[in-house]
Amino acid sequence: MSEYNVSQCRTPVFFDRFERKDENQHQTHYCPGCGHGVAHKLIAEALGELGLQDRTVMVSPVGCSVFAYYYFDTGNVQAAHGRAPAVATAVKRSNPGSIVISYQGDGDLAAIGTAEIVHAANRGENITVFFVNNSIYGMTGGQMAPTTLIGQTSTTSPWGRRPNNEGFPIKMAEMLSALEAPVYIERVALSDAKHIMQARRAVKKALQLQKEGAGFTMVEILSPCPTILKMEPTVARHWVADTLIKQFPLGVYRDRKPEFEPVLVPQKGVAELLGISGKRLSDEERHARRQHTRAKTIKVSGFGGQGILLLGQLIAEMGMREHMEVSWLPSYGPEMRSGSAHCDVTLSHDRVGTPLVSTPDVLVAMNEPSLRKFAPHVRPGGVILYNSRQLPEDLKFEGLTVACVPASEIADQIGSAKVSNVVMMGALLEATDCLPFTTAQAVLSGLVKNRKLAEMNEKALEAGRNYLDTEVLVGAVAGPDGCGE
Amino acid sequence: MAEQARGKVEVNQDECKGCGLCVESCPPKGLTLSPELNHYGVHPAQYHAEICTGCGICYFVCPEPGAITVYRLAVAKSEVSDAATV
Repeated sequence: MSEYNVSQCRTPVFFDRFERKDENQHQTHYCPGCGHGVAHKLIAEALGELGLQDRTVMVSPVGCSVFAYYYFDTGNVQAAHGRAPAVATAVKRSNPGSIVISYQGDGDLAAIGTAEIVHAANRGENITVFFVNNSIYGMTGGQMAPTTLIGQTSTTSPWGRRPNNEGFPIKMAEMLSALEAPVYIERVALSDAKHIMQARRAVKKALQLQKEGAGFTMVEILSPCPTILKMEPTVARHWVADTLIKQFPLGVYRDRKPEFEPVLVPQKGVAELLGISGKRLSDEERHARRQHTRAKTIKVSGFGGQGILLLGQLIAEMGMREHMEVSWLPSYGPEMRSGSAHCDVTLSHDRVGTPLVSTPDVLVAMNEPSLRKFAPHVRPGGVILYNSRQLPEDLKFEGLTVACVPASEIADQIGSAKVSNVVMMGALLEATDCLPFTTAQAVLSGLVKNRKLAEMNEKALEAGRNYLDTEVLVGAVAGPDGCGE
Repeated sequence: MAEQARGKVEVNQDECKGCGLCVESCPPKGLTLSPELNHYGVHPAQYHAEICTGCGICYFVCPEPGAITVYRLAVAKSEVSDAATV
């Protein structure tokens, strides 16, 4: 008697145990006879054979296969419904050495995610899409999908799909192969052993092409859904062979490289764009710079049109020039003028965790509503700069430095109410010492080319600074550095 | 003694969900659904006849990652065709 050797067994591309389940952790959550199980296996086998497991990132969709990340021992991301190709684009572009798989069902890819797949394909992203088409919504209980066949009943087409009411089944492989960029598109079926072996070759080819950096590849996999079709698994498989394949013809729809000359644009760094020195600072230089900058979280708020967002941007750019870590997060309504607007700015000596500033160190309130809205959230010991001669009578702030700077009035006297945000910037720099004035001047002169406006900005910055310096601060006593801490 | 089969199949009875795809797909019809129920209450597949060719088709049509393991004779006969890679 000869010995037997293992020829086919569970691939290590799958996790040993699927931790989502309490028991039987070596079993998937799919129904008996589900096409996903076979599709998973073909992908896992191919990844193993091509030696790609360690650099693969799998993007799971929404649908029955949402839990793919419990099965594949690869990198995993789970995307919002239909957005897997967009997420895959990001993963691939930020990590070009990775092998990125977008695994999607027909509801995910052909309905809610139509835009994402079309544009990812059109950009020729170097990703592989496995599109599992079972002609129905499985996870949600059998609603009509874009791929549902004419006459096929579903819970939302109980009389069968009618072209005059629900349109025709969308054929994604044909549709995407009308685009220039895709490299390889094939439709296969999991209807019987022969077709499964064909699918196996297609899956492997698509991944091989991605490995070679060829471009966008997609394999549409016609798959049985025995549960929703209310058929025995073997019958459901025959249904794929006899009915689904007739409507969705199998075959290679695209297998060629698009021909074009890539146009490469010289990449400019932030420092180069800002016209500043981009050299990395030594620790000592960094420390020295910290002497004249201060980490602050700032909220600037007011009406749209007051230069709220621009003021935030200017402060952030100043921080950037001073080698700080910065963030700027705008929030505004659809109106370009007169709606309420605010932005959050973080100036930090370390990496910024979140751009969201919910308890600011400094609040710049350019109008009364925003003062009332945001003042209660200012951190104890913080600074409020308010665009008026005085606070509303009913408002009192304990433990805060409040400076009323009539920025709009001052700006109007200088020549244009437009520069009121610059007046406020002058006051803010004086009140908090967060950044040097010279940097503010440099940023402003870099921004404004018109000489008359530039002069006005100069004056506004100076006026804001002087006003704060010479007029009385209202509220808590300022600390030695003028910021009440 | 009958000639030794070219391959053999092992079915993990606890992982099998009893869908029967392997039973239908097996070219020499060496698989069947067990009359016994497993603890999930389904009839799992079982290898019942010593006629396996080791082609691996049952492994690929099975939706579960590791329910089926396929073995082949160590000294493969030259005429053994590898159906799985045709």
